Amino acid sequence: MDLSTTYCGLKLKHPLVVGASPVAADLETAQRAQDAGAAAIIMHSLFEEQLIGERHASIYHMELYANAHLEAHSYFPPVSDYRLGKHEYLDHIRKLKKNLSIPVIASLNGTSPGGWTDWAGLMEQAGADALELNVYYIATDPQETCWQLEDRIVETAASVRKVIKIPMAVKLSPFFGALPHLVARLDDAGADSMVLFNRFYQPDIDIAELETRPTLRLSDSSELLLRLRWLSILFGQTHATLACSGGVHTHEDAIKAVMAGASCVQMVSAILRNGIRHLAEVVREFENWLIQKEYRSLKQMLGSMSQSHCPDPQAFERANYMRTLHSWRVQGGVVV
Amino acid sequence: MISTSARPKVTLDGNEAAASIAYRCSQVIAIYPITPSSTMGELADEWASRNRPNLWSSVPAIMEMQSEGGAAGTCHGALQAGALSTTFTASQGLLLMIPSMYKIAGELTPFVMHVSARTLASHALSIFGDHQDVMATRQTGFALLNSTSVQEAHDMAAIAHAATLRTRIPFLHFFDGFRTSHEVAKIEMIDDQTLLAMLDQSAVEDHRRRALNPEHPVLRGSAQNPDTFFQAREACNVFYDRCPTIVQQEMDRFAGLTGRSYRLFDYVGAPDAQRVIIMMGSGADAAQEAVEALNAQGQKVGLIKVRLYRPFDTTALLQAIPTSCTHIAVLDRTKEPGAGGEPLYLDVVSALFEAGRQIPTIGGRYGLSSKEFTPAMVKAVYDQMHAQQPQRRFTVGINDDVTGLSLKVDPGFTTEADDVFRAVFFGLGADGTVGANKNTIKIIGEETDNYAQGYFVYDSKKSGAITISHLRFGPRPIRSSYLIAEGQANFVAIHQSTFLDKYEMLSYAGNGATVLLNTPFAPQQAWDELPVELQQQIIEKKLRLFVIDALKVARDSGMRGRINTVMQTCFFAISGVLRRDEAIGQIKKSIEKTYGRKGQEVVQRNFAAVDQTLAHLHQVEIPSVATSARRMPPLISDNAPDFVKRISAVMLAGKGDLLPVSAFPVDGTWPTATSQWEKRNLADQIPAWDKELCIQCNKCAMVCPHAAIRAKVYDPSELADAPATFAHVPYKAPDLRGSIYTLQVSPLDCTGCSLCVDVCPAKDKAQPKHKAINMVDQLPLRQQESENYDFFLKLPEVDRTRIRLDIKGSQFFQPLFEYSGACSGCGETPYIKLLTQLFGDRMLIANATGCSSIYGGNLPTTPYCQTPEGRGPAWANSLFEDNAEFGLGMRLGVDALTDEARRLLVSLAEPIGQTLVDELLTHQDWEEAGIAQQRSRVEQLRSRLAAIDAPLARRLELLADYLVRKTVWILGGDGWAYDIGFGGLDHVLSTGQDVNILVMDTEVYSNTGGQASKATPIGAAAKFAALGKSSGKKDLGLMAMSYGNVYVAKIAFGAKDAQTLKALREAESYPGPSLIIAYSHCIAHGYDLAAGLNQQKLAVDTGYWPLYRYDPRLTEQNKPAMQLDSSLPKGDLTEYMRNETRFRMVEQMDKQRYDVLVGKARQQIDERIALYQRMASGEPPTDGQPKTKE
Repeated sequence: MDLSTTYCGLKLKHPLVVGASPVAADLETAQRAQDAGAAAIIMHSLFEEQLIGERHASIYHMELYANAHLEAHSYFPPVSDYRLGKHEYLDHIRKLKKNLSIPVIASLNGTSPGGWTDWAGLMEQAGADALELNVYYIATDPQETCWQLEDRIVETAASVRKVIKIPMAVKLSPFFGALPHLVARLDDAGADSMVLFNRFYQPDIDIAELETRPTLRLSDSSELLLRLRWLSILFGQTHATLACSGGVHTHEDAIKAVMAGASCVQMVSAILRNGIRHLAEVVREFENWLIQKEYRSLKQMLGSMSQSHCPDPQAFERANYMRTLHSWRVQGGVVV
Repeated sequence: MISTSARPKVTLDGNEAAASIAYRCSQVIAIYPITPSSTMGELADEWASRNRPNLWSSVPAIMEMQSEGGAAGTCHGALQAGALSTTFTASQGLLLMIPSMYKIAGELTPFVMHVSARTLASHALSIFGDHQDVMATRQTGFALLNSTSVQEAHDMAAIAHAATLRTRIPFLHFFDGFRTSHEVAKIEMIDDQTLLAMLDQSAVEDHRRRALNPEHPVLRGSAQNPDTFFQAREACNVFYDRCPTIVQQEMDRFAGLTGRSYRLFDYVGAPDAQRVIIMMGSGADAAQEAVEALNAQGQKVGLIKVRLYRPFDTTALLQAIPTSCTHIAVLDRTKEPGAGGEPLYLDVVSALFEAGRQIPTIGGRYGLSSKEFTPAMVKAVYDQMHAQQPQRRFTVGINDDVTGLSLKVDPGFTTEADDVFRAVFFGLGADGTVGANKNTIKIIGEETDNYAQGYFVYDSKKSGAITISHLRFGPRPIRSSYLIAEGQANFVAIHQSTFLDKYEMLSYAGNGATVLLNTPFAPQQAWDELPVELQQQIIEKKLRLFVIDALKVARDSGMRGRINTVMQTCFFAISGVLRRDEAIGQIKKSIEKTYGRKGQEVVQRNFAAVDQTLAHLHQVEIPSVATSARRMPPLISDNAPDFVKRISAVMLAGKGDLLPVSAFPVDGTWPTATSQWEKRNLADQIPAWDKELCIQCNKCAMVCPHAAIRAKVYDPSELADAPATFAHVPYKAPDLRGSIYTLQVSPLDCTGCSLCVDVCPAKDKAQPKHKAINMVDQLPLRQQESENYDFFLKLPEVDRTRIRLDIKGSQFFQPLFEYSGACSGCGETPYIKLLTQLFGDRMLIANATGCSSIYGGNLPTTPYCQTPEGRGPAWANSLFEDNAEFGLGMRLGVDALTDEARRLLVSLAEPIGQTLVDELLTHQDWEEAGIAQQRSRVEQLRSRLAAIDAPLARRLELLADYLVRKTVWILGGDGWAYDIGFGGLDHVLSTGQDVNILVMDTEVYSNTGGQASKATPIGAAAKFAALGKSSGKKDLGLMAMSYGNVYVAKIAFGAKDAQTLKALREAESYPGPSLIIAYSHCIAHGYDLAAGLNQQKLAVDTGYWPLYRYDPRLTEQNKPAMQLDSSLPKGDLTEYMRNETRFRMVEQMDKQRYDVLVGKARQQIDERIALYQRMASGEPPTDGQPKTKE
């Protein structure tokens, strides 16, 4: 069975890859993911805040009391030779590239153009096969319009595009009013792929201490539906290839994602929950299913249930929402 | 305006100048940090970590030792093994090396040590410069070679390393601490080739041939008897005899290689001079300026600069003295009380006498502890030689109104040249002023033909320290080894507008000078806000005034509060020392050089700051008359005691130099409780109390490092005279029902650290970010809350016997340690403050040298204070290394006096009354009520003694106070307890004596700038462990427990304050030695100390800092002595580590190594906690893994 697919300019043996996660942070785990059949591996994200913030914090705290006291001209060993960026990330790319045969996709997280985008170039130099740019952002400023926000994202993508030649994917959040338009603009800005969607830390509330607590819950299959809708809508509307990220836990989930239009299916939560061996099972069952159903190749299935190809295009639009509600009936006071 | 062209010269300080040579000439460098020499060792470590080779292409081995004694011993061993070795030290450190120095010299070993000469601690410690330490080594057999300037510190270092090889005599090369060690100057560097040409390779080989080597063994260090020792000791004479000649040869060789010529005794001045001064050290450069000026006026004076002081070549000295000489004055920068004269003077006199030259010679002292030494003082000495009856012994530079030794100095005499640009900058330690000025010197020194000099004066505070930078630029090498004097500056910069009310800064400005002021006000308002005294000076001296809101520019360009780049740009923009565009280019070039490798964002932010500066810099139009209604406020309240007004106030005004000898206590004794008069006004924001929300837990008061937020509970009647805004609420707890509670902040003493707000547990339910205390702007509250605080202080102190002694209760006790100069947010001082609240009225403190002795005892003011009855901690600092022993001595001394009192009681039982005597003798209850009871008995005793007419009664009156138990506390940091003082500490623990030791563990040498100690944890970067320490922290507590009879506790007030309190009380009550190891967050950890308490919690929660109390008394009840007070580790160690720069920089440098170190650290924690658990349970050994929570 030819399961091969092209995603983000990379030829993959099948669409199932390890999404941005701690899996790639350790060489041994990354090797085990490769052994389990992952078609590619996406590295954990390097955050804009990390690049700028940590560097600034370290420099700030080292310099704050330099020449401040008579008996101590400084409080730390001299900094000039320290690589205060995330150089270990670049070293890690090199290490992964040296030890893995599957493509390694670096991941950069940021939402404003600036010096940190130079890191994309450094990642390319370190050997990354492609770059996933995660533009996760929570708009909280009432003065900031959605236009400004989208402009900034497009500008960021364009500025990263300028510094690298390797393919670039943009990982989006689902919270855009006109997602297809934004995707089209990112397409124009040089994005090769779109990843739908990012998941993120959401604060929980400690009701005893009256404090917020950052939490990250692992996904489950229920999160897939949101991805399926937008994959289906975007498939065929953009030059960019699409990846599904979030909610893929079983081979059925993966099949649905490919049918909706995903050239690439990223798995994280399922691996974190069940171990890396789970990936091997999903890959095997995924292939078995295609064989059983007598698909000729993956290509035959790709986008088959997208909005433009499926038998019921309206299913992905607003009418669908109305109809679903109306189809609910109350039986004996219980919603069924 | 200065022209620019490239010259191969560099700007650096004296320490670097010397270290650069020492490093290249050595294979083994053993060191121990001590001010002002620490930088030399740090530089050597830095160069080695960058694999910088020595002259023989190998990287020297750098070893930080546990003390200077250890460093000297290591050097001695390395030399015996045939290596070339060096070390760096000063002051007490040099004293600790003396035993090894005798050995190294006695064995005729080529070796050079470099000393930034510093004062020795006598009536007081001083970190500053003079020759007392070096003079204490005259007898060791070391050659003593002296440098007067930064260039010479470089040159003489090379000559010393060359000469030691050929003479086999070890050299001590010294230069003046701070004045030369810390002066930044432009010098010509000696390249490797030249340095190699200086060193006699065959002598290096000879040294190696003499090495201890089992292939051809010899023995050294034999013990000799009366039959042989004397003769054998004399055998070295020939080496000393020929040493001066060889040194001169090496100086000549050096001159041939570099063009810089030196003599053993260099003469400058008129060839036919009549009056000649002989001296050494940096003061000789100031003297040379005076000589040139006086000779230009037609006088005939000369100066001999002593280079090689030991061996003392009398022939060379006599040759250097012109035959025309009729009078000699010898100046010594040291003091030998009781001697016939100071050492150089005596040497000169004996040389003259032996040669039969009868030249009247007088001797004087100058410059102790870096006291200014100026050309005017030199002139006073020359004038004195002309006097009818010259004073044979004199001092110069002070006003000695007791013994009348001091010479009168004409302050109007100056040698400052017109073509030298002089600038004085007033900044805060943490605002980057000094760093920026060093950078300016680099730009002018290295990018133009001009010479540059920078010297930086600091006060001794660790929070809000003031820095005064003195910069000179000129076309010739600058010899002015003294500060820029009043009226001499072309440029005065005031980097903090809060200084305007405190210091007379404009007195430095010469007529027509330029003044730069950083102020939040627009130009016109800035003028209006100036005190009238300053306005008058500006008008009278026709000063040009420029203003900028540097903080705003810095913040707008993303530099947070760092105004250094902004102010540096202003200096170049208006001083005219360089063309403006060229200067801006140079600043940017330097920014790129400094930050380029750290990331373009940092560079861009600095560039933005430079670019925005010029648009915000404004010249103020100066009116013809002063218009301000505001005068500079008095520095000290009228209510201050006489001593504070007469002495402390003068010192606070920066005019301590004017105080005469008679002003001072003769033995260094100083009154406590003076910090209350120094209102430092450092905080932009202070905590404000929401009394309705407050739950009255007093945790805020507990954590305050400066005792600037306090709680009192008192009777409602006290409120009668309260100011209108004085806040109070009914007291909530049942113990003092009906009382009133107030939480009060002192706005002028608070440093704004916000620890109090962080710890506050009371949150508004509707808006949890609002707590019972919240940081608010200080300015609107300053006046009102200052008045409220004054009222608060007058409220009566609580009756200690009625308070339940938990954390809350402890904070109703008066802190007897207040408003110290410790860092804002300091992690040590809350422990000390709590100790003084608990035991302060009956405690003696022995304090090791370090941060706690500086914020505890560095003048001008003293933070230990007194109860209304006049009781309080009696505090003393002996040394760094002997503190445990010092404290033990206090215990023994107090016990001896107590025993004496008890014996006298028994003797006088009849007239006193047996019942009272029995009660006094048998009293055992040392809780608050018991202490009160015994104090009242002592009062009764006193009144009865008054009626007894007997000598024994008089003796007992003197000792009666000892019948109230005194508690001895031994305080210090980890550098003392784990390293230099460990031997003594260990011994004191073994004695079983009732002393209490509090180690404030910052895990690094904080006071001297972050060098690794044996308390530094694995994985942390520190100086001498730049890549992250690879070995674990010493478990000092466990070592102490091994004695079995020592009370040991590990505490962290930010994690569990109740355990801290319990441990301190148990330690005090334990009738044997107690050791408490206290987690102390510190600026050397590299994070905002406002998060210090959270970091303490993380340290405990992750198992990094387990809390325990080990109380041997429990074994009497068949319980394990060990009690673990923290729960099993929750969360990963890295949650703690990642918040601190000391760990993060290791991760950022080398992630792989970091991960390995973290792994080791986890393992050590597991093993350690498993061991503690086992000890706490009394169970047999386990497999080394902690039991996990079920």
